[in-house]
This record gives sequence, C-alpha cells and structure tokens, in this order.
Amino acid sequence: MGLNEMHAEAIAGVVDRVINRYRRDPTCMLQILREVQEACDWIPPEAIDRMQAMLGVPRTKIEGVAGFYSFIYTEPRGKYRVLFSDNITDRMQGNRALMERLCNNLWVERGKVSEDGLVSVGKTACTGLCDQGPGMLVNNYAIAGLSAQRIDEIAELIRNKVPLAEWPPAYFKIEDNIRRADILLNADFKPGEALLAARARAPSDGLNSSNMRSWREGLPSGIGGPGATLDEIKRANLRGRGGAGFTTGLKWEACRNAQLKAGHQRIVVCNADEGEPGTFKDRVLLSKCPDLVFEGMTVAAYAIGATRGFVYLRGEYRYLLDHLNAVLANRRRENLLGKDICGLPGADFDIEIHVGAGAYVCGEESALIESLEGKRGTPRNRPPFPVTNGYLDQPTIVNNVETFAAAALIALKGGEWYAGIGTKHSAGTKIISVSGDCARPGIYEYPFGVSIRQVLEDCGATDTQAVQVSGPSGICVAENEFDRIIGFEDIPTAGAFTIFNKTRDMFEVARNYVHFFQHESCGFCTPCRVGTSLLKNLMDKLHYGSGSPYDFAEIEKLNNLLQSMSHCGLGHTACNPVLDTIAKFRPAYDKRMMQQDFTPAFDLDRELSAARQMTGRDDAAAHLATEHGGQS
Amino acid sequence: MSHTFTLDGKVIPFVDGQTIIQAASAAGVFIPHLCYHPEFKPHGSCKLCTVKVNGRHTASCTMRAAPGMVVESETEEINAERRALTQMLFVEGNHFCPSCEKSGNCQLQATAYHLGMMSPHYDHFFPNRAVDASHPEVLLDFNRCILCSLCVRASRDVDGKNVFGLSGRGIKTHLIVNAKSGQLADTDFTLDDKAAQVCPVGVILKKRRGFAVPIGERKFDKAPISETADTTEGR
Amino acid sequence: MTDKKKLKVATTSLAGCFGCHMSFLDIDERLFTLLEHIEFDRSPLTDIKTCSPDCDIGIIEGGLCNAENVHVLREFRKNCKILIAMGACAINGGLPAQRNHLPLTTILEEVYHTSPGLANGMIPNDPELPLPLNQVHPIHEVVKIDYFIPGCPPSGDAIWKVLTDLLAGKEPTLEHGLMHYD
Repeated sequence: MGLNEMHAEAIAGVVDRVINRYRRDPTCMLQILREVQEACDWIPPEAIDRMQAMLGVPRTKIEGVAGFYSFIYTEPRGKYRVLFSDNITDRMQGNRALMERLCNNLWVERGKVSEDGLVSVGKTACTGLCDQGPGMLVNNYAIAGLSAQRIDEIAELIRNKVPLAEWPPAYFKIEDNIRRADILLNADFKPGEALLAARARAPSDGLNSSNMRSWREGLPSGIGGPGATLDEIKRANLRGRGGAGFTTGLKWEACRNAQLKAGHQRIVVCNADEGEPGTFKDRVLLSKCPDLVFEGMTVAAYAIGATRGFVYLRGEYRYLLDHLNAVLANRRRENLLGKDICGLPGADFDIEIHVGAGAYVCGEESALIESLEGKRGTPRNRPPFPVTNGYLDQPTIVNNVETFAAAALIALKGGEWYAGIGTKHSAGTKIISVSGDCARPGIYEYPFGVSIRQVLEDCGATDTQAVQVSGPSGICVAENEFDRIIGFEDIPTAGAFTIFNKTRDMFEVARNYVHFFQHESCGFCTPCRVGTSLLKNLMDKLHYGSGSPYDFAEIEKLNNLLQSMSHCGLGHTACNPVLDTIAKFRPAYDKRMMQQDFTPAFDLDRELSAARQMTGRDDAAAHLATEHGGQS
Repeated sequence: MSHTFTLDGKVIPFVDGQTIIQAASAAGVFIPHLCYHPEFKPHGSCKLCTVKVNGRHTASCTMRAAPGMVVESETEEINAERRALTQMLFVEGNHFCPSCEKSGNCQLQATAYHLGMMSPHYDHFFPNRAVDASHPEVLLDFNRCILCSLCVRASRDVDGKNVFGLSGRGIKTHLIVNAKSGQLADTDFTLDDKAAQVCPVGVILKKRRGFAVPIGERKFDKAPISETADTTEGR
Repeated sequence: MTDKKKLKVATTSLAGCFGCHMSFLDIDERLFTLLEHIEFDRSPLTDIKTCSPDCDIGIIEGGLCNAENVHVLREFRKNCKILIAMGACAINGGLPAQRNHLPLTTILEEVYHTSPGLANGMIPNDPELPLPLNQVHPIHEVVKIDYFIPGCPPSGDAIWKVLTDLLAGKEPTLEHGLMHYD
C-alpha cells in the first residue's frame, strides 16, 4: 500500500466523522472537502462516493467544487504538499532559487509528485507573508522567512517523514510586524464594551423595551439601539475597507430594510479572504485583535437584526483557525455571542468560520457567498445584490475585516469621533501592508490622507521607482506621483503597498501580476477565461524576446476587451498592472520589443526537437532559424 | 405594465421583468448569444450578447429592460468585440468544422459567420481533450465544448438528473459527467433528456446520425442565424 | 485597370490537400477575367519553383506540418506584399492539426515501429526529408497574414469574391452562403 492509499473503510470513517460534524449540510461542502483532505491528504474517489451517499448530492457537484479550489486535490499530491508563495515580493526575496534547492534536495520535479509519492513542490499565489518572505505553505500551514538553511532542514524533515506537528514550532511563527499603530491597532478595548455602548444608545426606557421585543426586527430606522447604532455608523462616514469603498451605513441599512421571507434570517459575513497580492493587514488584525473584529460583526448584527454570522478565512490563514475558534468560544462563554447576548432577550447571534481553499476570486462578495454555500466560487449576476438576496437568498452584508474592527470602535466611541479622524472624504484610519524594497516592511496604520512619500519615508524606502498600491488590481504609482495621498478622494486602497526600487524591472512586475490573474480567473466568462490566458502568453512572448509592435497592439486590444466585456472585477482589473506600467514605464516595454516584425510566440527550432530526437539527425536541415529569444 | 426602450434606435416594447434579450427577441430583433436559451434561467457567461446600455457594456441576457433605456447592439465596436470573443472560443477548444457532425447546424459557427469572423486570429491552444464514446446512443466530444452550461442546466433543472457539471477553474474549466468512471455510459443519461437537445455546438451528438443532412440544406446553410426564428434550436 | 501592370500572384500548398487549389480553378471562365489583372508567379499552376522578389499577392493553402512548410511560408512572406491564407488548414491547421493532442514521438513510434505488419521499421532520417514539427500550426502563428478565405475548401465564388474585393481596393467580406468553415 502506497503512502497515499487508505482503505475505503477508513476513508468512509473519516468522511462520516466530518460530515456529521457539519450536520450533513451540503452547504458546508467546501469545509467538508477541506477537512477530509486534512485527514486523507487528498480527496480519493472513495471519499466522493461516501459524500455523495451521505449528503445526497450528485457527484458532478462534489467534483465541480473540488475542482475549483487550488488547495483541494482530487489526485494524490503527496504526504507533504509544499507550495511556495509566488508573489512578486517572494520573487524579489529569491523564492525561485529556494524552490529549485528544495526540488533538487528532494529529487522532485517542480509541480510533480515525487516518485515515492511522499512530496510535491509547487507554487501558489501570494500567501500574505510579504513582509517576512519568502513564504510557503506546507499542507496549508504557513512558514515564513525561508532561507537556504531552512530549506535544507525542511528537506531533511520531509525525507525523514517527520509529521508536520513535530516540526520546530519556530518555523510556523508568523510575526505581526506592527510598525505604526493608530486607533485600531492601539485600541484599548475590552470585549463587550462596544456592544454595551451600542445597547446603551437607546434614547429611552420605553423605546428600549420595545426594541427588546425582537433583535431581529429592531425598531424603525433612527430610533432605539439598532437604529441609533446604524446612525452612528453613517455619522462616522465609514466606507468599506476591502477596496471598493462602498458606504458601510448604506449597505447595512439596505440589508436591514430588506424584506425577510418566512424562515429567512439576516446574515453578517466578514470577508477575510485577503487574497490581493501584497495585502496582509487582515491577517494581523485577526491575529492581534480578533475580539474587535468579532465585536464589530456583532454590532453589525445588532444594527441590522442579523442572527447568523460567518468569517470567510482564506485558506492560506488556516493556521489562525484554532485560535480564532477559541476566541469565539470564549465570547460565547461571556455571553457576547449566542442567545440573549448581553442579556438582551431575543438578541441572538453566532459566528462560524469557513476556511477558503485557494481561490482569489472568492474575495468578490458574491463569489464568496457562493463559496460559503458550498459551491464553486463564481461571481453572481447582479442585481439582485447580496443585501437583499445573499447567503441562501437571505439579506446579507459582506464587509472587510478592517471595516468590522472600525465599526466596533464607532459603536464604542461614536460616529462623530471617528469622522473627525482622516480627511473630509475619507474618515478614520487605514491599515497599510508595506512590503518590497524598504528597510522596515510590516503594518502601518495611518489616518487617511497620508501621502505615499510619507509612508515611504516611514518604512525606510530609498531609491524608489514605483509603488503598487492596493495590489495588482489597484494602481501603480510612479515617482512623480508620490505626493498623492491614500484616501477615497485620491488613491483608494485595500491595503497593499508594494515598493519597487530602481533596480526592479516594472515589466516583470506586470508580468507576474498577469500570471496571477490568469491563474485566478474563475473561468466563468469567455473574455476573462480566455483573455487572461492570451494576455499571459503575450507578456511571456515579450519576456522571451519575440515581441514586436504587433504584440504590443494586441495587448492593448485585449486590455480593452477585458475591461468592457468581463463579468466581474477580476476581469475588469486584470489588465490594470499592464495599462499602468505601459503608461508610466514605457521604456521597460520598448526594451522588450526586440523584433521589428511579427515573430512567432514559440521557438520554431524547438518545434523540431521531437523529430530530431527520434531520427537522430542534427544536420543543418534539421534546424530552423529562429528569432525567438529562447525558452517558452 | 408595458414600457419601451430603444435598441439601435428602434422602439422595443417590454413587460416588467423581461430582460433586454427577451424583449428584443419578442420584437424580432436578433442579438448574438450562445449560453442564453429562452427556456432556461439566464447564465451570462459567454458575453456574446453584450450590448451597451446608456453607454455601458452589459450582458443583455441578464440585464432587465427598463423604460427609456438606450441600447446599442449592432455597432461596429460591439460586433468587433463579439467577434473577438468568438475567436477566443475557437482557439480555446479544438474546432475543426470540416470534420464536425454539427457543422451547418452549429450556433458557434453560425454566430461567427454572422460576425464576419474570417479567421480565429489568436494563437491556438490545441488543448488535449477527450472523446467519450461509451454511451450506446450518444457521443460526447469535449473538444468542442464552449462551457455554456446549457446541458448542465437542462439536466439539473428539467431532467432532474445532474448528468453534467463543470469542474476545474479558469482556463482549465471543463465539462464532467456524473459517474465515478467519468463515462457517460455509467450515468442515467438517455437520448430523451432535455440535456441531449440543447448543446449549441457539437459536443453532445446522437450516434449514427452524423452528416445526415446534405451540405446546402442544413439549418444555417439556408438562412443566417440572425434570420432564424428560434436560434437556439440547431439540431 | 487594363492598362495597369498586372499583379503578380504566387500560390502554394503547404500541409494541405490541394483541394483549395482545385476550388481556385472552380472560378472557371472568370479565370480569364482574372488573368487580365494578374499573372501567376510561383504556383503549382505554372510549376515555377521560387517566388519572384516582387510578388503582389501570395495565396497559401495548408498549415505548417514540417520544416519545409516553414521555409516556403517564409519565402512567400519575404517576397509577397500581401499574404492570403486560403482554406481551413492554413487558417487553423485543419485535418493535419488533429494530431496535435498526441506527442510527435508517440506518432512516429506508432507509424514506424509498433503498427502491425511493420518489420524492422525505422524512422526515416534521410537529410533530404523535412522533419515534422512537434505540432501543426496555422500559418498566421508564424508569419503575419493579411487576409483569410475560410472554407474546406472555400468555394470558387468565395475565392473570386475575396480577390475581386482586393483588386477593387476593398476590405474583403463574405456574405451568407459564401462564408463557411467546412
């Protein structure tokens, strides 16, 4: 019996245990798959047999979901599944050489499983360890600060089949690296305080008692605890921290006012699927102040009358799960979650954590909801919007981790206090994840309005060529723009701040991002599914020296098509890094246009390789002259 | 309630709840489409039916009509974009029309004709995809799949069988069938299924029926897709 | 038009079946009209073996299967102002490209070594023989192609339409009935 083989009975036992824990609920499909894989190392066909029988769902559905997520394997990937983070920052920190080193050490080909079935080594999108990279995931557990020495140690551990649980704990230590804290990261906050403050906001006893009648229905807008709390959120001018910047108060109000169908409830979802490359502030918020986040969710539930909450935690942050669940359990003990929260009759709300499995697109709120429902993470057609028809068709708000943390503070200290921080159009603070070429990468919390230059100074960046703000889907800021400010009125951001000094090739930065989008396209719509692949091929063509003005024109046409025809934000923004770098770093592209005239994307001489090998010929006629720069 | 909007200047009436493509279709105006089928819930994935509504691109199969909308469809700009999408579908799969039983009755091909597609333009992906001949009556040729999911929807929503599904992600998205073996013969699929009738291209084919209609007399030989009343029936 | 210098047209069939050339002849009596405007240079119709350096139009049938196809295509691109891909094989590889999902090594093994009835088969390695490419490619993937005439083969009418559009200085189009991929 090989390493990856288990008896069908043992597999069925695992599946039964997991499925029963999830109440045989098919909407928990992704969680079930994830946990079955944690036990079996992959999803064997026998596990799907059992799931099919136990959950009463068709095989097509189970395989469809399993096939969508990068971290779910329907083929054996080894007892040790090593994935190197491949964000541009990891590249700058030398991840490629380390990956090579591990592969050589373990005698395994990149992307393949070793012959003995022990280990596979591959790469994955940004793991959110940019300030302490290069990073990797081993069986979905994060390891930061890789070095040649550590790689050799890891190879040794794998070769000796040491269980992951027995690896040195120091490997799995992830630093917070908080360099500048403000109201959120400095919050002197005791769990429950914000809820008590929200409750106390009821104007009078009479109204308060009528409010107690039902948490779910609350009171008409503007009166009593929930209404007053919502008013504070609106007064605070809080806008979403996930990047789009929608006004939080409006979203909550729309959800609160949405009609509830019989048997339905309102839902609060915390989007902790922090997948935008270069972003890692939610990781730090969740590790440093989870109570603040959970309390913000509970405040939201109170304000809109929601009874069920979810945190959608990205798979890369699996290592946070046990701690977060412990915090939730503690909050239940303290009556900050569960029934009659804070002694309010009918104040019922609880939170469960769903863990993602390697799909950036699930950061899009409707795709996230699909994933929460145990489906493929495909963005929905909108309208209708989640505030009226969200999780299982129920009114749902989806907000970023940081938005909830801010909401808790607003409930505690009031909207006016909050609105006084930051700028006129951008209230409050923003947590920035700084990485790349600087002396002090890490987490910086600033009141909105801070300039790019200020952040660069604070983190010790010198000789800076460009900053990618808000990740590949954001904007690339060049030196002449460093006086621009972070804020909705100028440069909005989900938090990524990736710095490139003048030695960096901005074409390669864009190419890395294009590869990212190609890998993460959900495949639902034609323009993004095929267009991101075509764009990737064109960028590779330029990289390998076969680019000509023809290809440049093709890239621009694809950019337009992706923007106008794509289904969701992923496709719309997939060409941003290319458009920006073309506009601002044109010489980096000109340098790549090594051909005057159209040149094939592939190496024609290499196209004869199989025939040469089979015939043993190597004469002149067995070769084709090629303009192609080399590999492809 | 009845209202109107304009489509390329023409006044189109609609009732509440109708999408742009439904209203246009009822008024006899053709908008190219592949994943849309009047009998099924709109999917919005192929994007061929994209129009401009008040200057903004949107899929006409999912966008509800609203009074006074100004919709553009048959413009050089939009048709060029649609043509590019069609070219993407051609290079993504393996579409060898001369040897395809569906040729002449194929909606992808007819749509490409309508859009004046003279070549696939892009470099071909030439993916390695399987053919499933296991079923006694039906052949599945995955080379031609454009991921419209009509068979998925038909089998799930009409036949109640879930014979088909999509798996994979991104460019690796692919059609799967409901059997551990992955073979159609091991499902409860029959020729009478609605799912057997809806494929717009040549993936789901009745065996022993290939090339039954002579060239010149096939559906889209006789009339272009824009003039074919029910454009979603091509078999 | 009659006083003008005649346009030089070269044609060739790469990995094709000559069906498109046969279809070209289906232009029938209109060939005489055509010949008032063009003269054939390198072509199977003239048996001229190399392109003159000043050809106006090159018409290519077939895709790229082997090294020789690439050489010929490059010669055409070098010597013709306008290149036209004629027929399905030139446009998307056509029938020969249906081998593309198989590794070439597997194909050569099968054809020369493992097929039933072969004894001591060896893969031909005479330097005179052009080596096959790993994959069959449409010609627009290797050189810039200016116009395309789809069809397997395109009808004589379609070829006539595209050529006359071009002679008239118009962007060629094919209306319903003339446009087909099979």
